[in-house]
Amino acid sequence: MSVRVFVPRDTTALSLGADAVAARLEREARARGLALTLVRNGSRGAAWLEPLVEVETANGRLAFGPVTAEDIPGLLDAGLLDGALLAGDTAHPLALGPTEALPWFARQQRFTFARIGLTDPLSIADYLAHDGFRGLELALARPPQDIVEEVKASGLRGRGGAAFPTGIKWQTVLDTAADQKYIVCNADEGDSGTFADRLVMECDPYLLIEGMTIAGLAVGATQGYIYLRSEYPLAREILDAAIARAEAAGYLGEDIRGSGRAFHLEVRLGAGAYICGEETSLLESLEGKRGLVRAKPPLPAIEGLFGRPTVVNNVLSLAAVPFILAEGAAAYAEVGMGRSRGTLALQLAGNVRRGGLVELAFGASLRELMEGFGGGTASGRPLRAVQVGGPLCAYLPESQWDLPLDYEAFAEVGAGVGHGGVVMFDDSVDMAEQARFSMEFCKVESCGKCTPCRIGSTRGVEVIDRIRAGRDREANLDLLRDLCDTLEDGSLCAMGGMTPFPVRSALTHFPDDFRRPVEGA
Amino acid sequence: MIEHFDPRQHAKDLGTPCPTRAAGAAPAADAAPVSLTIDGVAIRVPAGTSVLRAAALAGITIPKLCATDSLEAFGSCRLCAVQVEGRRGTPAACTTPVAEGMQVTTQNERLARLRRNVMELYISDHPLDCLTCPANGDCELQDMAGVVGLRQVRYGFEGENHLQAAKDESNPYFTFDPSKCIVCSRCVRACEEVQGTFALTLDGRGFDSKVTAGQGEAFMDSECVSCGACIQACPTATLMEKSVIDAGQPERSVITTCAYCGVGCSFEAQMKGDQLVRMVPFKGGDANHGHSCVKGRFAFGYATHPDRLTTPRIRNSIDQPWREVSWEEAIAFAATRLQAIQTEHGRESIGGITSSRCTNEETYLVQKLVRAAFGNNNTDTCARVCHSPTGYGLKTTLGESAGTQAFDSVMQADAILVIGANPTDAHPVFGSLMRKRLRQGASLIVADPRRIDLLKTPHLADAQHLPLRPGTNVALINALGHVIVTEGLEDHDFIAARCDTAAYRAWRDFISEERHSPEASEAITGVSAEAVRRAARTYASAGNGAIYYGLGVTEHSQGSTMVMGIANLAMATGNLGREGVGVNPLRGQNNVQGSCDMGSFPHELPGYQHVADPVARGRFEAAWGVTLDDEPGLRIPNMFDAAIEGSFKALYVQGEDIAQSDPNTQHVEAALSALECLIVQDLFLNETAKYAHVLLPGASFLEKDGTFTNAERRINRVRRVMPPLAGKADWEVTQDLARALGYPMDYAHPSEIMDEIARLTPSFAGVSYARLEAHGSLQWPCNGAHPAGTPTLHADDFPIGRGRFAITEYVATEERTSRRFPLLLTTGRILSQYNVGAQTRRTDNQVWHDEDVLELHPADAELRGIRDGDWLGITSRAGQTVLRARLSERMQPGVVYTTFHHPGSGANVITTDNSDWATNCPEYKVTAVQVEKVSQPSAWQQRFAAFDRAQRDHLAGAREGTP
Repeated sequence: MSVRVFVPRDTTALSLGADAVAARLEREARARGLALTLVRNGSRGAAWLEPLVEVETANGRLAFGPVTAEDIPGLLDAGLLDGALLAGDTAHPLALGPTEALPWFARQQRFTFARIGLTDPLSIADYLAHDGFRGLELALARPPQDIVEEVKASGLRGRGGAAFPTGIKWQTVLDTAADQKYIVCNADEGDSGTFADRLVMECDPYLLIEGMTIAGLAVGATQGYIYLRSEYPLAREILDAAIARAEAAGYLGEDIRGSGRAFHLEVRLGAGAYICGEETSLLESLEGKRGLVRAKPPLPAIEGLFGRPTVVNNVLSLAAVPFILAEGAAAYAEVGMGRSRGTLALQLAGNVRRGGLVELAFGASLRELMEGFGGGTASGRPLRAVQVGGPLCAYLPESQWDLPLDYEAFAEVGAGVGHGGVVMFDDSVDMAEQARFSMEFCKVESCGKCTPCRIGSTRGVEVIDRIRAGRDREANLDLLRDLCDTLEDGSLCAMGGMTPFPVRSALTHFPDDFRRPVEGA
Repeated sequence: MIEHFDPRQHAKDLGTPCPTRAAGAAPAADAAPVSLTIDGVAIRVPAGTSVLRAAALAGITIPKLCATDSLEAFGSCRLCAVQVEGRRGTPAACTTPVAEGMQVTTQNERLARLRRNVMELYISDHPLDCLTCPANGDCELQDMAGVVGLRQVRYGFEGENHLQAAKDESNPYFTFDPSKCIVCSRCVRACEEVQGTFALTLDGRGFDSKVTAGQGEAFMDSECVSCGACIQACPTATLMEKSVIDAGQPERSVITTCAYCGVGCSFEAQMKGDQLVRMVPFKGGDANHGHSCVKGRFAFGYATHPDRLTTPRIRNSIDQPWREVSWEEAIAFAATRLQAIQTEHGRESIGGITSSRCTNEETYLVQKLVRAAFGNNNTDTCARVCHSPTGYGLKTTLGESAGTQAFDSVMQADAILVIGANPTDAHPVFGSLMRKRLRQGASLIVADPRRIDLLKTPHLADAQHLPLRPGTNVALINALGHVIVTEGLEDHDFIAARCDTAAYRAWRDFISEERHSPEASEAITGVSAEAVRRAARTYASAGNGAIYYGLGVTEHSQGSTMVMGIANLAMATGNLGREGVGVNPLRGQNNVQGSCDMGSFPHELPGYQHVADPVARGRFEAAWGVTLDDEPGLRIPNMFDAAIEGSFKALYVQGEDIAQSDPNTQHVEAALSALECLIVQDLFLNETAKYAHVLLPGASFLEKDGTFTNAERRINRVRRVMPPLAGKADWEVTQDLARALGYPMDYAHPSEIMDEIARLTPSFAGVSYARLEAHGSLQWPCNGAHPAGTPTLHADDFPIGRGRFAITEYVATEERTSRRFPLLLTTGRILSQYNVGAQTRRTDNQVWHDEDVLELHPADAELRGIRDGDWLGITSRAGQTVLRARLSERMQPGVVYTTFHHPGSGANVITTDNSDWATNCPEYKVTAVQVEKVSQPSAWQQRFAAFDRAQRDHLAGAREGTP
């Protein structure tokens, strides 16, 4: 009997040699006359275990990892396909036991990511076998307002970082009459240390298609666009293929599943500008224009793409919707804390031992995340700082690591949950250099429309350089704080408006780093 | 009397456009008002107004840099930050719309600090050379730095900057100095929103953002059309007129009206003493709303060109040098000759030609001179050769010889049908307004042999081109009418309520005939039946269908028929009598509408009152104290024929160059040479003046008071900004000539002439200089029924009661292609030159077009072995000339094209004597020709060059005082 073996095909696994592992496995198995059905599944999100090879057994899937091509002969020798290992012997150094029993997975609450890594991303049969399209089938039977009510009741808030209630945004679009409305998925995932959107698109693309289609049904939009960053070529390939297959199977197109209702979907590529992840710049770019931030109002929900009412949602927001429709708003809203309902996809990165995707209900502490899941730093040195929520959010010192992951709790200390990126630093970090990095990031990525961001970011880098060089330190520190206020109050969008958060947090929590003796001085 | 229209009401920049404004229209009365308080001041404004604008209306000034009320709010400079009670942060006032009950704070310590800090960032990348900067005294950045109280730049000046960025001085009129740029995008937005050319863009992002023309090209190499909108919008010295860089800031300004095309843009003539420093489009101008084109904005240097005639001259015959004389001697010489000729050859042997460039008052005076002092009706005007069919055709069908709409009406149009007009080149400011409407989604249909630039409008929604063969207009308009009738697209309610039933039925039977179907006319027009049907449906079903047409309609043997066909189409679809629709002739010259209105035609007294009408004539006879001839006089072509035949001996020509602009040049030259006394009054020694015996220096529009009437019947004031170079305005010279002939004229000021016009012309009854001062401008009819003028004609009824459909049988022109003349030549204009070029050729506009060329399709070129730039002999039945070849895909095969801006080109040597059956308007647009490669100028051109040299010598001789 042929054994099913899973070797992931997402970008993380591939960059860690998954293709070589798969090739070697097939070659060796053939040479040994072993029967093998290779499934190129999506990643389960444990980057630290990739390539994570799984073997299907009567008792579930067994995990091995991280596996290199060179490990294959040894694993086969040890009975990966026919012997002891197949039976669940965990004596082999790479044998991890049943995948789902691994505490790293077992302790997560996977709502959105329940399916990733289990299936062949492009197999509709696999998707359906794992509860796929249930939300859509239910949505097709309900009037638009009902769907919007369900999303409102779930408490889902925008997972791109702004945390605006998704249901309210949809309500606005539903209520705005127009000859054409649009659903735009923001897949320009550009925050440092983030990869959750990519995992959805590469490992479970039908989930996003389903979520966007439900959004279309809810607000009366018949056209959707996925604005994808060009740095994700594999995601594009998979999405394009998945869209074609979904159309062929009647899940997209003029007449979705015989309902008479239409939804069309296209992938559009960005051109490498971080600012195009800002929703109004994204819309400009999608219209074929220069990626320049628009002033709001008008809100995109009222005048969005090509001046029409448009839902602009992050991948994770849209990907949360099928669960909400399938399981009910209550099932989603049941977990979480305060006004932050449901789960959050955290992405452990930076100097971390066990990095990857951790989906948890809101309320867990940062320390539990970094230590319990992350296992501390990869370098083994003590943790010193962590940046949660991307390059525009604060650096948190140890005193704030017991904060619960919750939008309001973070906002209270001038920090942000953002898109859930968690970048860890050990005690060798120079936080003045990190502050400079934040300003420089703004300088490089500013669209240039508003003055504070366009000129202020450049001046910010120069001021920090003077501080670090010991020139007029106190005056320049004052100037830097003043500049942060100008950026926050004066910028047109979050790019310039939030750059002060990481800079100020470094100044506040790590003041000594700005007063280090200058080498050679 | 108030001498200057008070521009102060328009001087204030309210920051963002009026939300209910359709290109300058008054705010709609029904716009829901919103109440709010700004710094405690309560104000009510229309919904959609920005906080910035509301504050300005309340008299509260909020600092700003990127906002200006000619452009949509952008929100980039952040100086206009305010605080709103109950809202987070410091939103920009320009992009924040007012809301009911909103409480806004515009001044407090937090806002002051924010503004100062933003300004500090600006100045950290700006040269500190205010004292030597050309914008010193007229710089918004400087003003705002002062307003926010910037006292130091803590960032220093060693940081990254753009201070070494190189200037672009490629354009003859302005300089682009990026070192002074604050990246507010006003220029880029003006190029897009106002002009619609999209030549400018921002390149790079963040701190590297920089304004660039085209794709990093020099301005001159880019798509820039030098309209000046970017300069107008620039708040600093980045985009600056070279004239200001040279002369410094102007000291005073006078509002006046441009003397180029029929758009009639209002300008501020900005002066330093008597020196004109720059022309700035006036925001309060009702025709242009602060926009301009390369001609009106920059090409004014001709007014002080050394070629200007400043002294009267006389001579006995044209082979003699000129003699400089006093005004008195010149006038006496002219009067004596005129009287002698009339004594010898009869009263009818002399005549006059009025100018479409001069003011209404001057035109009125010339025709009055002819009718009252010459004692005949031998007066005509250059409208004869452009829009006379418009007068005839529209008067016959709709009852009024003028376009039906204001320019702003186009902003309500849903389908725009452009026939034989090229607005982006010939009426550029209106072309920009039309493009704005097209970007908003109106459908465009262009009927033109050429693929005109309007079809290349960026962000066009629906554009259809009907590339018809020259000379087949009427067949096309009939086919369009056929589709409308046979497909049931008529507006039966309108027809029943407004049109003459019998005429309509007759037309309906005529137009329904199968021979008018698009399928039947396809072979004539060359336009596919499918395209014609689609165009007809678009025009008839869009909601508001508006027709704009130009000389491509009128300058044909069936020009009048075509104008009536256009009126038929508008009546059949009910597209008359409201905003957004209408029949709109785009008049070529600044005052061609006015010259027609003022009674320049031999058969019509001012206000289109027929000379045979005893009541009207009686009024004029009583006022003028003479008996008037009740028979129409000679038209221009009749004058030429009569001159050659020997019965017409003297002609007074004011501001018109018939020798260059009229068709069949050799025929015109023969006529002029036959005259015994030709009196030419002009700015320059034009082509006609070379045949003259009396040369009277003209005054430019900058040197006199008066009015021009533009294509939308708008009477605009022309105001004197400098004294006449030769000492007299044109109306004074005409008056002197009348007196010398023994007919008293005694006007102290042109306003008195207008008062007389108002007394005698019912449609002008409510026009006076005082009322023009109060209103800015007035659109006739302006009288007791319409005291504030009439933007839209025929709202309730037609002057003739019911609209009259006309039968428009297509008759092919006699000018046909043959084996000998296989190509059709059609003529037109380009953006940078104006008409005969007398003005624009004496400016730097020459850099864009220093010679007329022959455009032809590459297929026609290949057949004849012609390459781009080759010398081509162009031969017609009338004559031959030589031009350089330019291969162009916008031509259709079989059709060639040229302009007539340069006299030596001899474009009109080729055009023929064919003319409109009703009005004698020449058929400039259709001439059968052959082209071939040649190596030398034509015989005519060689003669022309020799004659030109001789006449220039004669003029120079006079200057040097030799006999």
